[in-house]
Amino acid sequence: MYEFVTGPLAWLAFGIFFIGLIVRTVLYIKGLDWKLDRVTYSVNTSYGVRGAARSILFWLFPYGTHSWRNNPWFTLWVFVMHIGLLLTPIFLLGHNILFKESWGVGWWTLPEGVADFFTILVVVSVIFLTLRRIALPEVRLITTAYDYLLLVVAAAPFITGFLAYHRAPDYYFWIIAHIICGEILLVAIPFTKLSHFVLFFLSRAQLGMDYGIKRGGMKNKGIAW
Amino acid sequence: MPEGKLCNKKTINTKEELQALLADKSGKQYYEEMNHLDVDRKKLWGTIQKSFKSRMKTWLEICSHCGLCAESCFYYLANNKDPEQVPSYKIQSTLGQLIKRKGDVDNAFMQMCMDTAYAKCTCCTRCGLYCPFGIDTGIMFSYLRGLLFAQGFVPWEMKIGSGMHRVYRAQMDVTVEDWVDTCDWMAEEYEDDWPGLTIPVDQENADIMYTVNAREPKHYPEDIAEAAILFHVAGENWTVPSEGWEETSLAMFGGDWEACKMQVEAVYGAMERLKPKRMVVTECGHAYRATVIEGPYWAGLKTGKTPVESFHYVEWVAEALRTGKLKIDPSKKIKEPVTYQDSCNYIRNAGLADIAQEIMSYIAEDFRPMTPNREHNFCCGGGGGLNGIGRYRQQRNIGLKVKRDQILATGAKLVVAPCHNCWDAIRDMEEVYKIGIRWSFLKPLLINMIEVPEHLKPQEEEAA
Repeated sequence: MYEFVTGPLAWLAFGIFFIGLIVRTVLYIKGLDWKLDRVTYSVNTSYGVRGAARSILFWLFPYGTHSWRNNPWFTLWVFVMHIGLLLTPIFLLGHNILFKESWGVGWWTLPEGVADFFTILVVVSVIFLTLRRIALPEVRLITTAYDYLLLVVAAAPFITGFLAYHRAPDYYFWIIAHIICGEILLVAIPFTKLSHFVLFFLSRAQLGMDYGIKRGGMKNKGIAW
Repeated sequence: MPEGKLCNKKTINTKEELQALLADKSGKQYYEEMNHLDVDRKKLWGTIQKSFKSRMKTWLEICSHCGLCAESCFYYLANNKDPEQVPSYKIQSTLGQLIKRKGDVDNAFMQMCMDTAYAKCTCCTRCGLYCPFGIDTGIMFSYLRGLLFAQGFVPWEMKIGSGMHRVYRAQMDVTVEDWVDTCDWMAEEYEDDWPGLTIPVDQENADIMYTVNAREPKHYPEDIAEAAILFHVAGENWTVPSEGWEETSLAMFGGDWEACKMQVEAVYGAMERLKPKRMVVTECGHAYRATVIEGPYWAGLKTGKTPVESFHYVEWVAEALRTGKLKIDPSKKIKEPVTYQDSCNYIRNAGLADIAQEIMSYIAEDFRPMTPNREHNFCCGGGGGLNGIGRYRQQRNIGLKVKRDQILATGAKLVVAPCHNCWDAIRDMEEVYKIGIRWSFLKPLLINMIEVPEHLKPQEEEAA
């Protein structure tokens, strides 16, 4: 079982993840239409690039925009969650060892205590975001079961990984569960709302170009995000 | 009854059809017929498949339902934070469902969409600034209005408006003759006070081609005279076109994209005919948005630009004050606290925030910007055509509360509102809420403040 989930299944999951994201990117860009979107993407490109870069960068920084600043707690936990989600799996010692064994390449890793801390933070932020969905009426109304499911899908590899690492009873079960949950997350990214993994950047770039080219970007210093 | 006599999927292209609609007071019969209007599901889904592409598809798909858009929406705030006013909810329950059901929807659903797209969203696009994914619900509602229009689900006044543009190339029944006569009349009316004042019509190669909102010749002709006076004092070489003088677009509010194209092409035609160096649009927000910002796309101009460079009136005013073409008499500057209504259409959606502040720095001693302001300012409450739609008057009036409170918080009793819709909304707000404020376009304020060179003053003594 272990060989299967770390072998063919892992290949499949990574394959779907990478190819899926490439397909999403290509389809997104192909589906842009200067006339329908009313943005001349390929004219005044320098303004478009500047608008896109501003639109992405301001939002990538915690508290970089009005909206982030208006919602300080949400912003804190959203950034903590995303940083944990991205950094922990890539820079985890255990993952690195696996890579080194199969590919002969490795890289810098997080001290294990820090990785543990990040894992806990991811779980805490998921709990915060779940409670927020329940507590705030304006969020509750628009929340669907799918939104909760995605939070579970995102948190599951961290919870199972944490249990396996800390040698919870039945290590074998937890490590297999962890690997499968990780693979589910990888596969889910291109097919669900988690596709914002790339679509965040594309969608932000698009609106940035809209503002940069058409909605005033050629007459001012750029929209105050 | 699949199609009504007045409410149907056909566009209005003749004066007779317009008359028939106008004769139906308040659209009583029109809305009654709407209750029986069939949805052409095949056509609806066909249009969606052709026009609903990755940008909007992605917006609807990746919305993570975080609710950050809630507080960005003035309707949400004005309606005691009703969760049903959250932009995400409003768009998912209308356009989102329409897509999910592949256009398989009924009359009641379409009417719900219409009520939401007009009475719960003015397409101010403020929410787009607050969404981490850059989801612009205002743009989607505008798109939805287009789908609704093609199916005949459009408020009575907007159907009339679209017909006006089709028949008169103006949002009101102002013909070329009416327009030119009004210009002549205004020039005559004011030339005693302003010797040498003219309103040159169809003059080729002028520095400025000036274009207006049809309400001006129809209801406020003095606005045209005021524009003429200011151009006159500033020594501008300017003209108005006899055809293609109208900048507004109720067709844009109503989602009649074909009429939008017809309307802006009339203006672009005037540009090509008269070859002015540039065009200046009157103090109207959506007119500028329609003709200068969106128009080139409707007309298929690949540069995304109007045939000659185009400016909003506030840009011309700022330039005239900056360069000294117009000089403010320091003793006549506005002394009392004064605020400025940043219009969504030329500030958020066209980037002129600095210009507005620059003008206020020249003309006001105690300028108090609203909070929030500039690109983040709230819609006046009357945008997106809402001021003109009787069916949604109640909802509009509730929405005005946000602007009322913003104005009250500045302590100013005078609001400068260089946008017809904002101006109307603020006027109506005063009528509904009676907070004791005054409001004004820039032109009348400027005329009372500028230094008039001796040679432009009436020579009364010599005449006597």
